[in-house]
Amino acid sequence: MLLREVGYARPRTTDEALGLLAEYEGARPLAGGQTLINVMKARAAAPDVLVDLNGIAELKGVELGSDGTLEIGPMTTTSELIAAQEARARPILGEVCSQIADLQVRNRGTVGGNICASDPTNHLPPVMVAIGARMTIAGPSGERTVPADEFFLGVYMTAVGPGELLTKVTVPPGRSDGFSSVAVGKDGTCIANAAASANGGLRVVLGCVAAVPEVIRPDGTDAEAVRSAVRAAELTPPGDVHGSSEYRRALAEVVAARATAQATERVGG
Amino acid sequence: MAADRLAPAQASRVTVEVNGTTYEREVESRRLLIHLLRDDLDLTGSHVGCDTGNCGACSVILDGTLVKSCMLLAVQVDGSSIETVEGLAEGELSPLQQAFSDHHALQCGYCTPGMLMSATALLRENPTPSDDEIANAIQGNICRCTGYWNIVKAVKAASGQEVGE
Repeated sequence: MLLREVGYARPRTTDEALGLLAEYEGARPLAGGQTLINVMKARAAAPDVLVDLNGIAELKGVELGSDGTLEIGPMTTTSELIAAQEARARPILGEVCSQIADLQVRNRGTVGGNICASDPTNHLPPVMVAIGARMTIAGPSGERTVPADEFFLGVYMTAVGPGELLTKVTVPPGRSDGFSSVAVGKDGTCIANAAASANGGLRVVLGCVAAVPEVIRPDGTDAEAVRSAVRAAELTPPGDVHGSSEYRRALAEVVAARATAQATERVGG
Repeated sequence: MAADRLAPAQASRVTVEVNGTTYEREVESRRLLIHLLRDDLDLTGSHVGCDTGNCGACSVILDGTLVKSCMLLAVQVDGSSIETVEGLAEGELSPLQQAFSDHHALQCGYCTPGMLMSATALLRENPTPSDDEIANAIQGNICRCTGYWNIVKAVKAASGQEVGE
């Protein structure tokens, strides 16, 4: 398909990328492109300039600190994260990334792209909220850090404002996490998904049921406690061709309970 | 690795090696990689199926990594090396292509170039894949004739493993 005319720049550093975003109105960062290129084909987005982040080495890679904290460069592809030995410190990350789309898309699509797209059906937003990740955002006025539960602002909207870039995802140590989804096909678009983390208190986070990940705090870890907490949240999920609102609400209970069971099985593991 | 480009450009000169041949072309920034291959380089083996990143008929190997060429801009591959289906046969069919022929792994053939590239990438990583591993490897490739079983058989046979009838 023919895209609308677009300018293309490929900076080598984050500072150069921020400079380009500041200089050109209508400029937009291009990560793996596995969402944005399609959106541009459909003319749902028509940036004037694409600032390709693929040449910026400092935005790639996974580092494991001595205290078990992971620092993930947002331009790390999901395939690279799955393969990274360091990322096994938080096993849920690789497990969930390996369920995203297919090999070709995982080879090109990035962790930061999946997060910043803030598509309610994406896999990583509820995971990031459940595991308490922190997002470092750089912009013209410097750097700030936003916790994942304040990062997602709406459908396709995050705390990363115009002219800013997500530059680091920091994940605290922990292994007692779970994820469950019901998708269109084995690894297709999620109809409902949930991530759970039982490192300390239990946190369950639902995807696909609202514009942003929905945090649920059950007062117990058994399935009924989780299901009743989901019911108490009185969700009004959207209905579409893949599932009605009622169906998503029912699925939300199921995936929340499954994700919690997986997380709690791993306590102490 | 391509040079940086700090001034946004509507078009630029792209140098790319495809199946061992180096090409240099002036390319509009909005041009998708699949169109550079098919329309500018006349390498029409890679197909446009869905043009939305789902079907995998446009799959190529970019610097050793399997990607969908309808989901990249052509300017992004400047300085890269690409393998397409045209590069598989050297005079005669590659063992993988021969296995596709022997096991009737294509019906209409539209998905075949992508299937072959996905299978090529798989066999490099995993020379003796199981049926499940083959199925996972071609998960991003849709065969609308639904002839998957023969494709799995062909890939398995190409890896030198026994396949049932």
